[in-house]
Amino acid sequence: MDVMTVVQILDSTVRLMTPLLLACLAGLYSERSGIFDIGLEGKMLMAAFSAGAVAALTGSAVLGLLAGILGSLALALVHGLASITFRGNQLISGVAINLFAGGFTVLVGQKLFGLGGRTPPVSGNARFSEITLPGATAIRDVPVIGPIYSEIISGHSPLVYLALLAVPLTWWVLYRTRFGLRLRAVGENPASVDTAGISVTRLRYSAVMICGVLCGIAGAYMAISLSAGFVKDMTAGRGYIALAALIFAKWRPWHALGATFLFGLLEAISNRFPQLHLGPITLSESFMLTLPYILTVVILAGFVGRAIPPRAGGEPYVKER
Amino acid sequence: MILTPLISLALAFAISAVVILAIGESPVEALKVMVEGALGSSYGWGNTLYYTTNYIFTGLAVAVAYHAGLFNIGGEGQATMGGLGVALCCLFIPWPHWTLALLGAAVAGALFGALWALIPAWLQAKRGSHIVITTIMFNFIAYNILTHLLSKTLRPLGSMDPATANFPPATHIPGLWQLAEMMGFAWGKHSLANVTLFIALLMAFLVWVLIWRTRLGYELRAFGKSEPAARYAGISPVRITIITMLISGGLAGMMAVNNVMGMSERLILNAVEGAGFFGIAVALMGRNHPVGIVLAALLFGFLFQGGAELSLWTSIPRELIAVIQGLVILFTGALDNMVRLPLERLFAARRRKEG
Repeated sequence: MDVMTVVQILDSTVRLMTPLLLACLAGLYSERSGIFDIGLEGKMLMAAFSAGAVAALTGSAVLGLLAGILGSLALALVHGLASITFRGNQLISGVAINLFAGGFTVLVGQKLFGLGGRTPPVSGNARFSEITLPGATAIRDVPVIGPIYSEIISGHSPLVYLALLAVPLTWWVLYRTRFGLRLRAVGENPASVDTAGISVTRLRYSAVMICGVLCGIAGAYMAISLSAGFVKDMTAGRGYIALAALIFAKWRPWHALGATFLFGLLEAISNRFPQLHLGPITLSESFMLTLPYILTVVILAGFVGRAIPPRAGGEPYVKER
Repeated sequence: MILTPLISLALAFAISAVVILAIGESPVEALKVMVEGALGSSYGWGNTLYYTTNYIFTGLAVAVAYHAGLFNIGGEGQATMGGLGVALCCLFIPWPHWTLALLGAAVAGALFGALWALIPAWLQAKRGSHIVITTIMFNFIAYNILTHLLSKTLRPLGSMDPATANFPPATHIPGLWQLAEMMGFAWGKHSLANVTLFIALLMAFLVWVLIWRTRLGYELRAFGKSEPAARYAGISPVRITIITMLISGGLAGMMAVNNVMGMSERLILNAVEGAGFFGIAVALMGRNHPVGIVLAALLFGFLFQGGAELSLWTSIPRELIAVIQGLVILFTGALDNMVRLPLERLFAARRRKEG
């Protein structure tokens, strides 16, 4: 394996980890506020479809992104209604959202474009183009730093940088603002937050909505940046991988970056080498793609460090029991 | 309290109708095509009952776990592994007669499904890792294992598609239409339903016995209602969790007799066709009672077969069924309180007036 291959794999890792990172941070807000969300997948899918459809119809990537966010927000609102207002089962609501999105996107896509659930390919302004960071071409030929900067760091869609910026931002919001403190508290002990005179309902709704926005960006990125259009079931389980990454990261923002990088790297390697020969053992593509799930189960089981979810997660809050 | 699920169901169907209207089709026409295709002929009934059989198994699997307060979302993976068990059993054991093969395959499918549920169960009971997350992960792991096995190990030489060889003729179990022919009348020729339906109904009865007529069932329900109370009464949480999940996984795994042995007669990828998730909808609709589950499974069997007909005869894709399924799960499962609380208030008010 030469240097160029490594650079290419890392470059594609950055591309592939972006939707995972955004969805993982989305889940982080929701679950930190005590609302389990296994509907990340459905929200991303809905966003990918809305973004792909609107970008194809209007020819504008920005409008596509906005539509993606709106599509995801609509489902987030349903999840909020079910799990906060009507105190329903959050897991069941998530399953319902995933199934609904899987069908709805194809149904409407077929109606609008008649391409079997696909949206027409987008190009030009309808797609987020890659931006070259300043100086990337100038230092391309410098050894080591050159390829790292110009290939891996530079030359991605603006949404990639947005996702990367969302990590320190989330850390700051969570650990350095009043909202973040309350958010973490409401996920651990909503009664104490309520006693302090702060609305549990409003806090949880804001978290669920932030989650919707981030899933929206993740889905839009997949449809009109990573690919050039929406394809039926294009998220292909990424929402669940993001969920796995969230557990792997133990619900912390910087660790989410690490976890999604690892899972993105596994995907990039398995794309590049369907059969990876490591001396006597050969790792197949399906093994690489299974590894995130296996690692998550191991982490969850507490064999390697223990992953403890927010204490009030999954429990609807009832005032004055 | 049968009113709540009915109203929820009506709401789910009403919104589905709105969705159909929104894509410029007529809900009445769509329903007509579905009824005609799924229930209008003995062939349609044969296919409807085939899907019903799948959903009885997965619905019971979800329900048994639910009574113990566990949400088994891993029916998909357990049924996938059950398929592997059934396939190995049919391919490598020289069965003399289909009746024996059927029994053997049912045991093998249940065993593989149960074992696939054992690890999440053990992790939940001993290590406290959330069973919903682990069973989701195990769905993906099962799928990838099967992809690997079917494309490498179990694929016959010279074949390109990821599937096992065809099962030997001795393992062919008769379809319901063949039974009808043996009894001398023509019914649903070449439709998919097979004798596994009777196993499914037997299982529904056995689950009823288990949950409401045995000591284990009592412990299981007590554990589901209140873990501390059950523990105080001397019920071991570890034991109940593991036994419940073994039964639940076994039921999901046994489904493979229907789809792998009874239908495709070889193991293919994606043989489960989402039945694990249908099980959630079925259990919710059926209020986790075997009778309710059989009825709900029939409803969803009708929807699935009707959806296939719909995509055949109209421009509505079969994904409509996923929309309906999602809405049914949403309204009967997650938005349950939205319907139930106003109803309860209504009845309470009426009772006050009378009293």
